[in-house]
Amino acid sequence: MTEQIDYYLEDYLRMDRLPHIWCAGCGLGIILKSYVQALYELEYDLDKIVTVSGIGCAGRASGYVNTDAFHTTHGRALPFATGISTSNTDIKPVVISGDGDLFAIGGNHLIHAARRNINMLVICSNNFNYGMTGAQYGPTTPRDMRTPTSPYGNIENPFNLVSLVSSAGATMVSRWTVFHVNQLKNSIKKGLTKNGFSFIEVLSPCTTGYGRLNKMSPIDMMRDLRDTCKIRKVHPTEATIEPGKEVIIGDFVDIEKPTYADVLDQLTRRSTE
Amino acid sequence: MFPLPKNKVKIIKSLCKGCGYCIEFCPKNVFERSTELNEKGVTLPEIVRGDECISCGLCVMLCPDFAITMEENPDE
Amino acid sequence: MSETIPTGKHFVHGDWACAEGAIAAGCGYFAAYPITPATEISEHIASRFPQLGRRFVQFEDEIGAIASVIGASFSGMKAMTATSGPGISLMLENIGLAVMTEVPCVIVNVMRGGPSTGQPTMGAQADVMQCRWGAHGDVEIIALAPQSVQECFDLTVHAFNLSEEYRTPVFLLSDANIGHMFEKLEIPAADEIEIVNRKKPQVFPPDYKPYEADESMVPPMACFGEGYRFYSTGLTHNEMGYPDMSVETQDKLVRRLCDKIRRNKKKINMTEETMTEDCDVLVVTYGVTARSAASAVQMARREGIKAGLLRLITLWPFPDWKIEELADNVKGVVVPEMNYGQLVREVERSVKPTPVEFIPKLGENPPSPDEILERIRRLAK
Ligand SMILES: Cc1ncc(C[n+]2csc(CCOP(=O)(O)OP(=O)(O)O)c2C)c(N)n1
Ligand code: SF4
Ligand code: SF4
Ligand code: SF4
Ligand SMILES: [Mg+2]
Repeated sequence: MTEQIDYYLEDYLRMDRLPHIWCAGCGLGIILKSYVQALYELEYDLDKIVTVSGIGCAGRASGYVNTDAFHTTHGRALPFATGISTSNTDIKPVVISGDGDLFAIGGNHLIHAARRNINMLVICSNNFNYGMTGAQYGPTTPRDMRTPTSPYGNIENPFNLVSLVSSAGATMVSRWTVFHVNQLKNSIKKGLTKNGFSFIEVLSPCTTGYGRLNKMSPIDMMRDLRDTCKIRKVHPTEATIEPGKEVIIGDFVDIEKPTYADVLDQLTRRSTE
Repeated sequence: MFPLPKNKVKIIKSLCKGCGYCIEFCPKNVFERSTELNEKGVTLPEIVRGDECISCGLCVMLCPDFAITMEENPDE
Repeated sequence: MSETIPTGKHFVHGDWACAEGAIAAGCGYFAAYPITPATEISEHIASRFPQLGRRFVQFEDEIGAIASVIGASFSGMKAMTATSGPGISLMLENIGLAVMTEVPCVIVNVMRGGPSTGQPTMGAQADVMQCRWGAHGDVEIIALAPQSVQECFDLTVHAFNLSEEYRTPVFLLSDANIGHMFEKLEIPAADEIEIVNRKKPQVFPPDYKPYEADESMVPPMACFGEGYRFYSTGLTHNEMGYPDMSVETQDKLVRRLCDKIRRNKKKINMTEETMTEDCDVLVVTYGVTARSAASAVQMARREGIKAGLLRLITLWPFPDWKIEELADNVKGVVVPEMNYGQLVREVERSVKPTPVEFIPKLGENPPSPDEILERIRRLAK
């Protein structure tokens, strides 16, 4: 007998597609939940949102939201969203994608979208690896981590995402975790209403990939986020993530600047004068 | 924030993947692991101290699988 | 210049004409990354679009440019990008996405010599196969090849119309010669320019299935922000647009994506025939090379050789049926191209066992009329 699913966010989700594909305890479900809860609490007009994602486990998020949604190619969610945002300024693109998608293959687009101050919200699931392809190391993997493609330990230095995005010119930059779920949701609400390029890094357990490699259960990983992350106000360059050390979370940037659509409109005035 | 002010949590069994977050992180220890399996073979949590629920909503927010919802408490 | 469509006579280059063709077709979004010999298209658009309130974005690379074009088209805009071979190489993955998610867009390739950086300022016709087969998987696209500045305008408009009708990327394969060549351009009055717009859904949003097609095989297209709340993915998808990895769904989807173009081949194909009624030798070519070929055919006629010319305006889907028809009664076929053997293979396939003489030309200019004439003579014997 199939259970009658009666869920209070059913208008916000594609209920016919649940259960989703993510593993037990994967943080992506919590990120998606925070996003739809934020839309629900804001009573946001769902016809004015396009949820865009790249490829990866995180990239599947766009397929579960009851908004217009586009699952694009690996790394390119931001230029797609730029095309949307500049074509129809009534629409807020919300990009949900992974650390690999946004900072490895798509890193160039990210800094340029931030530099242009395209009006969009980017929610980056940082699970410290390429989850979908089997937990290989990526641009956020800490030094010395053993992964299937770094069997002797990772020899590369990870990016500090909030520092990178801040210096590229984003108008809102925050870092939360899926354990800090109410702060995360409030941050998403802020990003949804902000006019400008907003970026939220969400530390999120990849339970089957990163978790297994580290011999941690999903609950261990969540406890770890609870115990090592501290909300503090620091300069983004200081908010590095290193194993065994305190991880700083919170809001790093919140400024106002004209958006790309604003300056395009100014350009039209200038060119016809 | 949640649909109704004083609510009762409910587990949607078919969606649960058994991560145990609700059991671990509920501030009032409302959940415990049961012996019941859903159709996918997941060992489900059960609500054992429902009366102590303070409707904080944490389990609803933390459940990665949309498997916990709140419904109006019929007793109120 | 501030009017939307500058009706009248102009003496301009092909890139200029192409940009004006896009404007006349209603292109509202253009994104590109500078590259010789296509940059002039961006430059002209950069000066014209702001005045018209349209959107030009100079992207950080061609991958971003085509991605944003697809995003803009899904947001209801007609959208275009322009580049040359190296840029197409970067765009191919997303061109495949546009095919898979059925997003109309126009991609201008002002071809230059390759491989690699090759000869940036010199013309070539060496990306004919790349645009056909470059994206991975089973892909059908449409490609048009202008031979003049006028056609840069006309065929850009037509490329938009085809892309809207078939929900597919359409290539305009120009080259450095035409892109930089100055010629007379006559822009018609706005009401004389035919404009085709994508078919919109006629159902209420809850009943909309984004990838359900009728016998036209082209599904009606809702756009973002119109209330349909649809999902689109580059994964194999069912009629709802949801990922579906079944063999049946893959088979049904890929067949429809290809067949919506293959089965309309005769409708899409545009060719131009000169003196083909009685010809003994048929020259088949396209783009700027057709100008040389036209002279060669005339020279041959003056010598009493019955030569004819079939100029392909549509390169893809390939008009093999047309070539078959004409090749039936000829002694041989001459195919001059500015490459080392591309479209000639398609011609050979279509005319077997009629002999085919291929004239490759690598670097800058098309084969000369004399070179082509020489082959015509040989086959006429
Ligand atoms: C062009 C291209 N290269 C490689 C892949 C394979 N691939 C799919 S997802 C992925 C990594 C995704 O990592 P991330 O963005 O961190 O997402 P996660 O799965 O961790 O959520 C890769 C390399 C691809 N789909 N496309
Ligand atoms: S592989 Fe990792 S990131 Fe992907 S669904 Fe599983 S837990 Fe989540
Ligand atoms: S948090 Fe959700 S998925 Fe995890 S055990 Fe509890 S009900 Fe099941
Ligand atoms: S709402 Fe709060 S108190 Fe009630 S069960 Fe959930 S986590 Fe426990
Ligand atoms: Mg990742």
